[in-house]
Amino acid sequence: MAYIPHTDEERQQMLEAVGVEQIDELYEAVPPEFRFPDLDLPDPLSEMEVMDELTALSEANLEVKHVSSFLGAGAYNHFIPSVVDHILRRNEFYTAYTPYQPEISQGTLQAIFEYQSLMCELTGMEVSNASHYDGATALAEAVILALNQHRGKRSKVVLSPAIHPQYRQVVQTYTQGMGLTLTGDEDCDNGAQELMALLDEDTTLVAVQYPDFLGNIEDFTALGEAAHAVDALLCVVVNPLALGMLKPPAEFGADVVVGEGQPLGIPVSYGGPYVGIFTTREKYVRKMAGRLVGETVDVDGKRGYVLTLTPREQHIRREKATSNICTNQGLMALAAAVYLAMMGKHGLRKVAELCYHKAHYAAKRIDALEGYSVWNKKAFFNEFAVKCPRPVAEINAGLLDIDILGGYDLSEDYGQLQDHMLVAVTEMLSKEEIDDFVDALEELSHD
Amino acid sequence: MTEPLIYELSSPGRVAVTLPEPDVPLSDMPAGMVREQLPLPELAEVDVVRHFVRLSQLNYGVDIGLYPLGSCTMKYNPKLNEDAARLTGFAFSHPLQDPETAQGNLALMFALQEWLKEIGGFAGVTLQPAAGAHGELTGILIVRAYHQDRGDTKRTKILIPDSAHGTNPASTTMSGMEVIEVPSDERGNIDLNALKGHCDDCVAGLMLTNPNTLGLFEEHVQEVVELIHGCGGLVYGDGANMNALLGIVRPGDLGIDVLHYNLHKTFSTPHGGGGPGSGPVGVAEHLVDFLPGPVVDIVEEGDDEQPPLYGLVKPAKSIGRVKAFHGHFGILVRAYAYMRMQGKSGLREVSDYAVLNANYLRVKLRETYKVPFDRICMHEFVAEGHWGDAPDIHALDISKRLIDYGFHPPTNYFPLIVPEALMIEPTETESQRTLDAFVAAMLDIARESHEDPELLHDAPHDAPVGRLDEVRAARQLVLCCKPVNIE
Amino acid sequence: MEIPKDLKYTESDEWVRVEGNIATTGLTDYAQDQLSDIVYVEATADVGDELEKGEAHSAVESVKAAADVYMPVGGTITEINEALADTPELVNSDPYGEAWLVKFEIGDQGELETLMDAGAYEKHIEERES
Repeated sequence: MAYIPHTDEERQQMLEAVGVEQIDELYEAVPPEFRFPDLDLPDPLSEMEVMDELTALSEANLEVKHVSSFLGAGAYNHFIPSVVDHILRRNEFYTAYTPYQPEISQGTLQAIFEYQSLMCELTGMEVSNASHYDGATALAEAVILALNQHRGKRSKVVLSPAIHPQYRQVVQTYTQGMGLTLTGDEDCDNGAQELMALLDEDTTLVAVQYPDFLGNIEDFTALGEAAHAVDALLCVVVNPLALGMLKPPAEFGADVVVGEGQPLGIPVSYGGPYVGIFTTREKYVRKMAGRLVGETVDVDGKRGYVLTLTPREQHIRREKATSNICTNQGLMALAAAVYLAMMGKHGLRKVAELCYHKAHYAAKRIDALEGYSVWNKKAFFNEFAVKCPRPVAEINAGLLDIDILGGYDLSEDYGQLQDHMLVAVTEMLSKEEIDDFVDALEELSHD
Repeated sequence: MTEPLIYELSSPGRVAVTLPEPDVPLSDMPAGMVREQLPLPELAEVDVVRHFVRLSQLNYGVDIGLYPLGSCTMKYNPKLNEDAARLTGFAFSHPLQDPETAQGNLALMFALQEWLKEIGGFAGVTLQPAAGAHGELTGILIVRAYHQDRGDTKRTKILIPDSAHGTNPASTTMSGMEVIEVPSDERGNIDLNALKGHCDDCVAGLMLTNPNTLGLFEEHVQEVVELIHGCGGLVYGDGANMNALLGIVRPGDLGIDVLHYNLHKTFSTPHGGGGPGSGPVGVAEHLVDFLPGPVVDIVEEGDDEQPPLYGLVKPAKSIGRVKAFHGHFGILVRAYAYMRMQGKSGLREVSDYAVLNANYLRVKLRETYKVPFDRICMHEFVAEGHWGDAPDIHALDISKRLIDYGFHPPTNYFPLIVPEALMIEPTETESQRTLDAFVAAMLDIARESHEDPELLHDAPHDAPVGRLDEVRAARQLVLCCKPVNIE
Repeated sequence: MEIPKDLKYTESDEWVRVEGNIATTGLTDYAQDQLSDIVYVEATADVGDELEKGEAHSAVESVKAAADVYMPVGGTITEINEALADTPELVNSDPYGEAWLVKFEIGDQGELETLMDAGAYEKHIEERES
């Protein structure tokens, strides 16, 4: 009886109080022919046995701590200060529910308020919600915000092909019943100019990524102006860590800035849980889905925080709600807030610059190798695509033999980029590791 | 004492983290793309730690005491789960590494899929959805895709009982389908006659929460399922209340076609102050091909010497991804640890004691608090927080006063069909002693309500802050702090 | 509870003032009291939109509730009270005056016959309360 405190005697007393002889009698409303199925499940284990089994399972995985990882593509291995996990392990944070009772939830509420503030500063936007599930779902919710802003009267969404392929797939899934046209990403060469040509009076939103999936950084001011000229919204998907050094998208005229918060103090954790950043302009705040914390005062005039604008949400608006979302990624938003508080304005800038310089060093060296060339023609941040002399899978297999986790194989997502590897470099890689990687690529250029 | 905001603690030049100097030659910064200002706070490590520890102390959590928040299943979160999710091989494996190098993760996910299938009576499970509401959207999109695939495109109506959680209609709207509300009868079940009136060839499906939000097992569940299937629709089960059904009945056996689980309710993963959760979806055989992809499957059978090889497989008619990568993997690890601890017999006991605890509270409170649908309940029940002879006292006042007694309040004002609702779900992890202390507090509060109503109106008295001005928060929106001490 | 005699009413708690072919409409005193402190008013229709009787033209929110406001009769929106976006509390303080929500050109005068007068509306509220 793991985690159940009842003694036999207590159970007996409780059954008597309820007026039944045994627990089975409590289920008489359940159809008898289906009651108490004999489930094919394993028997219970002790805590030490469970931990042994889980340790064995975990050790059956490769992980980025014990190899040199050049794999990114939306999940990045960055330094995480010890403080972050010590705070996440505060049970007052992780064993609390959504802060419906603000008087005993000020810790969660103020932490989220600070998270919202930090996201606004990073992106340059005016309001942030308390977070979405991840970057992909945040993008899908940005599309829904735009549709609601146009009251369903527009039905075209322009997506850059350089948005993370999985994010675009999620938008497709979310909107499949809405009768929309998703366009723009048919050709992987479509840049801001080509996307601009697709904008018209039926366009509700144009979305781009910054730095984009292939690493490029580009100024989207002209695209923003073109979008606004037809009264469409500009959404920018960001890597928040890159904003430690890059111009915030608000300066491009972005209306919505979303992104994956994982680089801010969250381990790669096989894909989740992460945290979806969602920020926008104040005029769209009521169209924004998700929880929102606002400042107010208590009966004595003392500063405090509450969930606000809740009538937008599903529990009141039901079928007319902005979204069905009830949760946020509270604990992961806390991780991002603690991370940013730890890094501060100098630390985040420095991490971003370390990533930038190391990536450029790696790119220069790889580009000089025979058979390899860097695909990116524009400025890039810490990721770049490399044209390889052999299929990426073969090279990666060779790299793995010497404990290097190679980059992401672009051939499945981008038809034109056969034999192209997306290489990510973070502050976690030393010059020596980068040199070893480059040397290994050279060795692997032939069979 | 009010805790300052992180920006208010900032001092120019203070640093918490030291980082190595660049060991590579520096490159030129990208022209015109570098930001001028980065208005983040500047603190020392000790400032950061004390700030967030002090904030944590303003919170109430399950580790502090009873959290009988109806429909939220706030059970104790085992510490083992936390350690397991942080094992290096789990926390630091990359979602896009070759599946052959992530066999531990995939084996764990496969086992979890299998167990959830067995518990729910389903043929397939996806672990991708990030939360219950996300699972709902997934399930409803699967229902839609099923009809579309059969060319049955006029089916656009989703029937939803009036007692349902607000996510049900909101998820339906997101899927592009239409919500039709069905009333409840006087015993808290779906009104069968009203339901019959809606059953036609435009029905895509029905969303059913069972046990329902009154904590009652739907007495006509088989008739309801037959009616919907009879008109060609599918039945969606909202699994928010699965904590009452483990080893008791399998929703799939009752004819439910698709159902979401809440790992953060039933399977003990922490709520994290609002997330991350996890909302896997189980489906019957005819819907397996529509699951979001990829799912984990065995791609090469094992033998006595070799374990099977697991891979990621996209179902044939998949509705597509609902999330990047593989779902909330860290939460899946926690749920796995819990289910492995409990095993078959333990999971049955979870439901047994959850139901016993709820009924114990119901009988102990019903003399004092009206229980409008007073029959044997499942894992929760709904009482009214209002008396005719204490007209100024509302459910909210009772809840706020409970805070002074050291308990988290129950869910207020839900379900909407009970006036002044107090929805109480103790969960199985609470002892008789804890429940008795809660009952004593509730009886004291009932007495205070009649003798000294002001005591309740001013409550809580012993919380970090008093009642907060929500009207001001909504009218004068302050949603982020303007940084101070920033050059 | 104020129920002016010179206005017409709907069962969903809207009032209408008819001046020639133009009607002005808003939420009744009873409705604002039920909703409590209004924190937000939004027009969900645009000037020029032709709406049928019962279609929503605005949404109002209090801290705990939200409500749509419907066309009392069909017509074409001619004016929206933009001031309410910044001063939603007017719906509480002056529901029949400054807090009018929209003006519209009446589509079919005959539909006005379906509305209640002050007496009938008062009775309607009493029935609901009991």
